[in-house]
Amino acid sequence: MVEKSIHEINRRIKDGSVNVVTAEEMVGIVAELGADGAAKEVDVVTTGTFGAMCSSGVWVNLGHSEPPIKMQKVWFNDVEAYTGLAAVDAYIGVTQLSETRGMEYGGAHVIEDLLRGKSVDVHATAYGTDCYPRKQLDTTITLDDINQAVMMNPRNCYQKYNVATNSSNRTLHTYMGALLPDYGNATYSAAGVLSPLSNDPNYETIGTGTRIFLGGAQGYITGAGTQHDPTNKFGTIMVQGDLKKMNPDYVRAATFPGYGTSLYLGIGIPIPIINERVALATAVSDADISTNILDYATASRARPKLGQVTYEQLKSGTIDINGREVTTSSMSSFKVARKIAGELKDWIKRGEFIVSLPVDRLSTQGVFKPMLQTQETPLVGDIMSGNVVTIKQDASVYEAAKKIIESAFNHLPVVSNNNSLAGIVTSWDISKAVADDKFDLVEDIMTKDTVKAISSETIDVAAYRLDQNNVSAMPVVDKNDQVIGIITSDDISKLLARRC
Amino acid sequence: MKIRINVAPDIVVTPIIAEVILETRTLLNISQAHIDSTKGEIIADVPIDEFDKIKSALTSRGAKITIMDKPISRDEDECVECGACVSVCPVKVFTFGEDWSVNLDEGNCIQCGTCIEMCPHGALTLEQ
Repeated sequence: MVEKSIHEINRRIKDGSVNVVTAEEMVGIVAELGADGAAKEVDVVTTGTFGAMCSSGVWVNLGHSEPPIKMQKVWFNDVEAYTGLAAVDAYIGVTQLSETRGMEYGGAHVIEDLLRGKSVDVHATAYGTDCYPRKQLDTTITLDDINQAVMMNPRNCYQKYNVATNSSNRTLHTYMGALLPDYGNATYSAAGVLSPLSNDPNYETIGTGTRIFLGGAQGYITGAGTQHDPTNKFGTIMVQGDLKKMNPDYVRAATFPGYGTSLYLGIGIPIPIINERVALATAVSDADISTNILDYATASRARPKLGQVTYEQLKSGTIDINGREVTTSSMSSFKVARKIAGELKDWIKRGEFIVSLPVDRLSTQGVFKPMLQTQETPLVGDIMSGNVVTIKQDASVYEAAKKIIESAFNHLPVVSNNNSLAGIVTSWDISKAVADDKFDLVEDIMTKDTVKAISSETIDVAAYRLDQNNVSAMPVVDKNDQVIGIITSDDISKLLARRC
Repeated sequence: MKIRINVAPDIVVTPIIAEVILETRTLLNISQAHIDSTKGEIIADVPIDEFDKIKSALTSRGAKITIMDKPISRDEDECVECGACVSVCPVKVFTFGEDWSVNLDEGNCIQCGTCIEMCPHGALTLEQ
C-alpha cells in the first residue's frame, strides 16, 4: 500500500517537483498505471465546478457611522440584507430580490457589483438607542470602503444533482431553468468527472479546514454543508473566503426567469493523493456517476423518479426517458469547471497553494430529513364539493344552462360517455353562446384543455394552479379521470377566512 | 434566407403557400408554423434569388413578409457557456464544441426567443 504524508506532498509543492493533474486526466492515469502506480506518480488531483449555488452570501461590516446606528434593517441597492446581529454587520444572501427591480436584480448582483468595484447604495433604518441614537442612514459604498466582505456559504458544491424534466403541458420556470412541456428537455447540474466531492466520496481529504479555490481566491471548507446527505451520495460543504480577493470571472450573478436570482460560483478542491484508495477514488469518470431524473411537474418534495442516468449519458446531449429521446442542457458550465481545475493545478505547480488535510472529517453517514409539520395542511379532498353536477359532452347548451341554474354551480365539468373528464363549461361560455346565437352542443362551446386537480393535493398547490391558469374552479378527478368533485377559489377563500 | 410570413385570420383557410409554390415553382422550406383561428405565422427558408418572386406572390394574396436578418445575439461578457440554451432551441442554434464551448450558429435562428427566457445570465437578446 502506497502511503504519502501531506508534508511530503507540500515539500514537493515548495521545491517544484510536485506532480499535479486534473481529475479528468487522472481517469486515464489510473487506467494505465493502476491505483498503486498512480498513487506513486501523482501527488495532487485538482477538481472544479462552476454552477448556481443558491445557499451563498457575504457578511459585510460597514464600520460605524457618525452618529452611530444599530441597523435594524438594511438594503443594498434595494436588496434587503440580514441584520439580526451587532450594529453594522449584515449578511447579503444571493437569492434576496430587489424591492424595486424584482427578479432581474438580487443579492447575487449586489455581490458581483461590489466585486467589480461598482458603488452600491446603502439604506438603513433603526429604532435608536442611547448608544446608537441614529434612526436612518443613507450612503454609497464600494468594496474598498467596507471593513470585511467575507463570503460564507452554508451549502455549496453538491456532490451531484438531480436531473429535471417536465411531464405537464406547460413550461415550468424553475431553479433548473425552463422545463419545456411534455418532456421537451431535461436539465442537469454539477461537473461529473470534475465534481469535487465525487472524487473523494469517503471525504478522506475533503473536510473541515481543507484549503480550496473559492471564487478565484483561496478559501476554506468550514464543515459539512446544510442538507449534507452522504448516505445518498448528495454530500455538501460549507465554505468561507475573502470576497475582496476573489475574481469576478468566478463569481457571477444569475437570474432564472420566473424563479429568482442565484450566484454562479467557482469552487475547486485539491485532493492530495495520500494513498491508493484516494488515488482510485479520483479515477471516477462521468460513466461512474449516476443520478435520478425527477419530474418537476409534481409540485411536491417527493417528485416522481422517472429513471436513472449517468453524467456520461447527460453529456452526450440526449437521454432516454421512458422511451423518448430528450435533449439535455447543462445548467453549470463544464468549460469553466475545467478552467478552475486547471488554474488550481497551476497555483499548486507554481508553489502558490499549499494543500491541507482536514482538521475534522465530514460525516459519511446521515440523510437530509423532510420538514416536521405540526399543522395539518388541508387537502383538495377536504374542502372540495363532492356533490358536483356534471354534464355530458353531447348535451345541448340549453340543458347546460338549466343545470347551472338548478345546481347554483357556475362551472359544469363536461364528461364523455364513459364519464371521464372531457372539458368544462361555465355560465360565461353559455352567455357567450347565447350572445353569438350559437345553440350547439356543449362540446362545441366547452373549454377542452381543462385545468384539474386531484383530491390528495394540498390546497396551496391547487390555489397556485388556479392562479397560474387564471381560472376560478377546477374539476377534481380520480386516477381514471372520473370527476369526483369540484374545487373553486371561493372554497379556498372561505377556508382562509375561517383560519383568521 | 429566412422570412416570416404572417397571414390574417380571414385567409388562414386558403392554401396560399401551396398556391405560391405552384405559381413560382420555387422550393419554400417551412421550419416553423403556428396557425390557429386568430392568426397564422410561418417561418420559411427561401433561395435568395427567388425572394422577390415569392414575396410578390405572397403579398398579392394578402400575406405580410418580414425578412429575418437579425438573429439571436450573445453578450460574450455575460455568457458563462453553461449550455442552458442548448436544450430549449427548436432548431439547434447552440451546440457544445469539443472543448465544451457553447457554439452559436446564427444562421439557423428562427427568432422564437425561447432561449432568452432560459439564459440565467441574461446574455441573449433579439433586436426588434
